[in-house]
Amino acid sequence: MAPTNLQTQAPVDLAAADAVIDSYQADKSWLVMILQDIQEAYNYLPQPVLEHVAVRLALTPSHVYRVATFYASFSLTRRGRHLILICDGTACHLRGAENLQEELTRRLGVAPGQTTADGLFTLETVACLGACALAPVMMIDGTYFGKLTSEKIVAALERFAAKEAPDA
Amino acid sequence: MSDHAPANRKVKTVIDGREIEVARDTWALDAAAKLKIRIPTLCHHAALTPYGACRLCVVEVTKGKSTWLTTACDLPIREGLSICTNSPAVLAARRMTLELLWAQAPASEEIQALAREMGIAKPRFAARGDGENRCILCGLCVRACEQLGAGGAIGFTRRGVERTVDSPFGGQATLCIGCGSCLAVCPTGHIRGIDRAGQRRMSTWHTEMEMAACESCGALFAPLRQLEHLRPRLAEHIPIVKVCPACRRAKAAKETTLPARPGAALIRNTRK
Ligand code: SF4
Ligand code: FES
Ligand code: FES
Repeated sequence: MAPTNLQTQAPVDLAAADAVIDSYQADKSWLVMILQDIQEAYNYLPQPVLEHVAVRLALTPSHVYRVATFYASFSLTRRGRHLILICDGTACHLRGAENLQEELTRRLGVAPGQTTADGLFTLETVACLGACALAPVMMIDGTYFGKLTSEKIVAALERFAAKEAPDA
Repeated sequence: MSDHAPANRKVKTVIDGREIEVARDTWALDAAAKLKIRIPTLCHHAALTPYGACRLCVVEVTKGKSTWLTTACDLPIREGLSICTNSPAVLAARRMTLELLWAQAPASEEIQALAREMGIAKPRFAARGDGENRCILCGLCVRACEQLGAGGAIGFTRRGVERTVDSPFGGQATLCIGCGSCLAVCPTGHIRGIDRAGQRRMSTWHTEMEMAACESCGALFAPLRQLEHLRPRLAEHIPIVKVCPACRRAKAAKETTLPARPGAALIRNTRK
């Protein structure tokens, strides 16, 4: 069986990762924050970058892999340019989050955890966005959309799709 | 509770109605063993730190007016504890645990055998996943790698119902030295490995490495990488091992009279 990490990988520029690691003095106790910043820089956590992090922080690859796969907010596969988090926590669930998630799935053509074919949106569910008073809630790239309705979903999707100028 | 007591202080405890005196903080499992009371375990190994993962070693503990169920492998004996290893509550909890483990690792013959031993004829709960899983996530392999082997070549991944034990990125465990400790301690037969054609293959971790030949009898006895791993860890006066355990025993046997079996297999896998 071919080990997956021996498969050819597109070369990844490690400079951005090094900059992040340096900003934390290559201190392994900051691993989670380092991974957060790296994900922001690369959009996801590419395997070669994680292997590099392990070397720089003097951690085993399995340690870094364990942490990177533990947290739902980390992704080891490339995500769309915009990340949609639809909340399905208790408050949002009670206020019909399920229908809204179905609405998103219908509009985008992807289930939670998937990315649209044009690479524009990744849809994910979360178990509380910490804004229960606004339930039901969704978040796109850090912006909250509270008291969510189908109409608001349409408007928000259009707004973020429009952000992508043809030259982008 | 007097937590500043000297470490070697003796305390009395009662296990299944029999009194025994042990050093404070002796694991309840070990104290029971001294009384020849056997408590079933899956995630426990004497050479590794306790982990309390499989819950099979559950016992009933009483202190004062409180009684509770807890695991014996990681329960330090303190003053005034009385332990019962086979109360109806213990047996019911242990049985349920095993039924759940069976659902978790339906393909493990070891789990099936244990279940039968406990009089559980068939699984009560639906098998998880595709029914092919053998791993109960007891963490013995991870601890063995950490504490006896390469040190972190494999580890836990993900969490909750998706938790697995795996090599980094599910690929080649680059740090693996082929020591086979993980395979030796795995209680459920999940980990695969084989010695073949001069190579040791740890199939589960996608690693394969060359074996060293015994200078005396020529038998292949350990992966070169394992010997290299040991070299800097041995005291200066201990030379790196170049002779297989059987030949070392044979040499020792000359002084005693014990027979030895040169070239005896060190790691064995009956399944593939
Ligand atoms: S592979 Fe074996 S030793 Fe490792 S966690 Fe699973 S059951 Fe335990
Ligand atoms: S449950 Fe949705 S924000 Fe808390
Ligand atoms: S042996 Fe105690 S919990 Fe597994």
